[in-house]
Amino acid sequence: MLFEDPVFGSRMLTLLTLSFHVIFATLGVGIPLMIMIAQWVGIKKDDLHYIMMARRWARGFVVLVAVGVVTGTAIGLQLALLWPNFMELAGHVIALPLFMEVFAFFFEAIFLGIYLYTWDRFENQRKHLLLLVPVAIGAAMSAFFITTVNGFMNAPSGFDIVNGQMSGVNPLAAMFNVATPTKVAHVISTAFMASAFILAAVAAFQLIRGSNHAYHRKALHLTMKIGLVFAVATALIGDFSGKYLAEHQPEKLAAAEWHFETEAEAPLVLFGFVDDDQNVSYGLEIPYALSILSHNDPFAEVTGLNEFPEEERPPLFIHYFFDIMVSIGTGLMAFSFLYWFGTRFNWSFVRANWFRWLIVFSGPLAMLGIESGWWMAEFGRQPWILRGIMTVDEAATQSDYVGLMFVLFAGLYFILGVGVVVVLRKMFKGNDVSVELGEQDGDQR
Amino acid sequence: MSYEIIGMAVLWTFLFGYVIVASIDFGAGFFNAYSLLTGKQHILTKIIQRYLSPVWEVTNVFLVFFFVGIMGFFPSTAFYYGSILLIPVSISIILLAIRGSYYAFETYGAKGHRGYAFMYGASGLLLPASLSVVLTISEGGFVSITDSGPVLDFVALFTSPLTWSIVILSVIAVMYISSVFLTWYADRAGDLEATELLRKYALIWALPTIVTASGIIYELRSHNFDHYQSLLNLWWMFAISFILFVGSVWFIWKKRNYGTAFLLMVGQFAFAFYGYGISKYPYLLYPHLTVFDGVTNDAMAIALIIVFVAGLALLLPSLYLLMRLFLFNQSYIKGK
Repeated sequence: MLFEDPVFGSRMLTLLTLSFHVIFATLGVGIPLMIMIAQWVGIKKDDLHYIMMARRWARGFVVLVAVGVVTGTAIGLQLALLWPNFMELAGHVIALPLFMEVFAFFFEAIFLGIYLYTWDRFENQRKHLLLLVPVAIGAAMSAFFITTVNGFMNAPSGFDIVNGQMSGVNPLAAMFNVATPTKVAHVISTAFMASAFILAAVAAFQLIRGSNHAYHRKALHLTMKIGLVFAVATALIGDFSGKYLAEHQPEKLAAAEWHFETEAEAPLVLFGFVDDDQNVSYGLEIPYALSILSHNDPFAEVTGLNEFPEEERPPLFIHYFFDIMVSIGTGLMAFSFLYWFGTRFNWSFVRANWFRWLIVFSGPLAMLGIESGWWMAEFGRQPWILRGIMTVDEAATQSDYVGLMFVLFAGLYFILGVGVVVVLRKMFKGNDVSVELGEQDGDQR
Repeated sequence: MSYEIIGMAVLWTFLFGYVIVASIDFGAGFFNAYSLLTGKQHILTKIIQRYLSPVWEVTNVFLVFFFVGIMGFFPSTAFYYGSILLIPVSISIILLAIRGSYYAFETYGAKGHRGYAFMYGASGLLLPASLSVVLTISEGGFVSITDSGPVLDFVALFTSPLTWSIVILSVIAVMYISSVFLTWYADRAGDLEATELLRKYALIWALPTIVTASGIIYELRSHNFDHYQSLLNLWWMFAISFILFVGSVWFIWKKRNYGTAFLLMVGQFAFAFYGYGISKYPYLLYPHLTVFDGVTNDAMAIALIIVFVAGLALLLPSLYLLMRLFLFNQSYIKGK
C-alpha cells in the first residue's frame, strides 16, 4: 500500500492539507482588509467604483472562506488523528490559543454572514462598513492565535519537564514564546501582501482582456500600492525573523543557508547545488550577507550546521524554499515599487500589456512565496515536531490507513480546487462590472 | 465545582447545540434533495437559501468548538481517540466538505446542479451516521489498548446492533428535529404550502424517534450494563423528555403554536441528551479513560474557563444580532 510507514504518511497528509489550506487561510486573513480599504475609500471619495470593488471582492471572498472553513476543520481534526501523541502533550500547554482561535473565527463568521447579506439593508454605507471591522479583526486574530501554536512548536516554552512529567504549565508563556512575535508579524503581513497581489493580478488580467474600465484601473492601482506597503513591511519583518532564527533556532538557519562551519563574516549563498560532502557549487554568494541577516553586523560569527548532531539536522533542500521565498519577496517589492514610480511619473510601460502580464504572474508568485516560506519553516524544524522535546516519529499515529486517507483527501482537495476556479469564473464572467455598475447607477437615481 | 465537571458541562452543551443546529441543516438538505425528486423543490429551496446559507459557518463552528475544547480540557482524548477515529472522522470531514462547498458553490455561485443537490442531501444522512459512531465507540467494547496505542476492532463495531441502532436514531432524529424547526420557519414565512409539507414530515418522523431512542436503552442493557443502570437511575429525566415530546407533537398535530412545539422539542432532546451524558459520567472512553485521568492541568483549565467566559460575552450579543437579522426578522424571512 501507499506509504507503508504511518509516520511518513502522516507527514505527507499534513503537508498536503496545510499546503492547500494555507492558500485559503492567507486570502481569508488578507482580503477582509482589502475590502475594508476599498469600501472606506469609496465612502471617502464618494466613488461608486470602490464600493463596487468591495462588493465584488466580498462576493468572491465568501467562496474562498467556505473552502478555508472546510480545510481548516480538516487540519484541526487531522492534528489529533495523525499526531495523537503530540496533541496529548501539546494540549496540556498550548490548548489555549487553539481554543481562542475558535472564538475568533466564530466572531468573524457571524459578522461575515451579516455583512454579506445586508448590503442593501443600510441607508448609511458607514454602518455597513462597521460590520466589516469584526470580520477583519477576527481574521487577523485567528492568524495570530494559530501562529502562536506554530511558534510554540519551534520554541516550546511555558512548562518544565521533571522526571518525564510535565509541571509548572503557564499557558500565556507558552503562547508568547520567543518565536511568536516575528512569526505572527510575518504571517499577517505576508497575508496582506499576497492578497493584494492576487487582487492586482485579477485587475491586470481584466485590463489585458480589453476592458479599459476605470474600475479595473482603480482596483489595480489600489492593490499595487497596498502590495508595495506590505512587501516593504514583510522584508523588514523577514530580517527580524532571520535574527530570531540565528539566536534561537540556528540549525534551521544554517540548513537553509548551507552554512556548515561556524565562522565570522559569513556570506549568504543563493541557489546552487550541494553534494554529500557539503561542497556547494554554482551558488550565488553575497559576502557578509548572512552575518548581517543574523546579527546586523558583517563581522559577526554565525553558527554552522556541523555544530549539531547529524540526526538533529534539518534536510538541506529547505535551502531552495528559502531562496524561492526571499527571491519572490524582494522581487515583488522591487516590482511594485517600479509600478508605483512608473505611474507617478506617468511612464507608458506600466500600461503596456507585457507589464500587465507581469502583474498577473505576481499573484500566483506571491502565493508560491507563502507556500515556500511554510515549507521551509516546517521541514526546517525536522526531525522535531516540538523542537528539542518530541520528534515526528514519536508523535505520529500507528494507524495503517494513513496512505488511504491521503488518496481520499488528495481527491477532495482536487475537487475543491477545481470547484473554486469554476465557481469564481462563473460568478464574474457573465457579470461584467460595467453591467453591474449600470444597474447600480440605475438603482441610485 | 471541579474543573472536569465544568469542562464537561460546557463541552456537552456545545455538542448539544451542534446536534440541534446541525440536525436542522442536515435534514433540510435531505428534504431539499427529496423534493427535487418529487418536483416540489421550489417550496424548500427558498427557505434553505434564506436561512441556512447565512448561518452554516456558524453551525460548523459548534463542532470545531467541541473538538478543540475537548482536546484542551481533556488532552488524553487526543491520544485515545486520535488513532482509532482516523477513518470515521476523515469520512466525516469529507462529507462536511461536500456540504460546505455546496453552500459556497451553489447558493453564492450560479444555478444549482441536480447531482450536487443529491450529494448534499445524501451527506446530510451520512454525516449523523459517521459522527454518531464516535458515541458508540465511547461505550466501550470496541477498543483495545496495545503497545503501539489504542486499536479499534472494526468488525466488532460494524456487527454490533448497538452501532446500528445509534446510527438509525441519529438519522431519524435529524429528520425529526429538522422538520419541526422548518415547519415553524415556513409558518413564520407565511408559506402555507411549505408549512403543510414540513408538518407532514414532522408527524411522520415523530414516532420512529421515540421508538429508536427506546431501542438504544434496550441495546445498552446487553452492551454496557453499568451505563444502562445509571441511565435507569436518571429515569425522571427521560420521563420529562417524553412528556415534552408528547407536548410538541400535540401542538404540531393541532396545527398551532409551532414555535412552542419547536421549543418543547429542543427541551425533549436536551433532557435526553443530558440524561445520557450524565449517566456516562465519568467515562470518556469506557472503561479506559475517565474525565479524572484525562483532565488537563489546573493552570490550563483556569485559562480555558476564563477565555470561555470572555468569549461568550463577545459571542452571545453577536449571535443575538445574527438571529435577529435572519431568524426573527419578519420581513427577511418573508423574502422582502
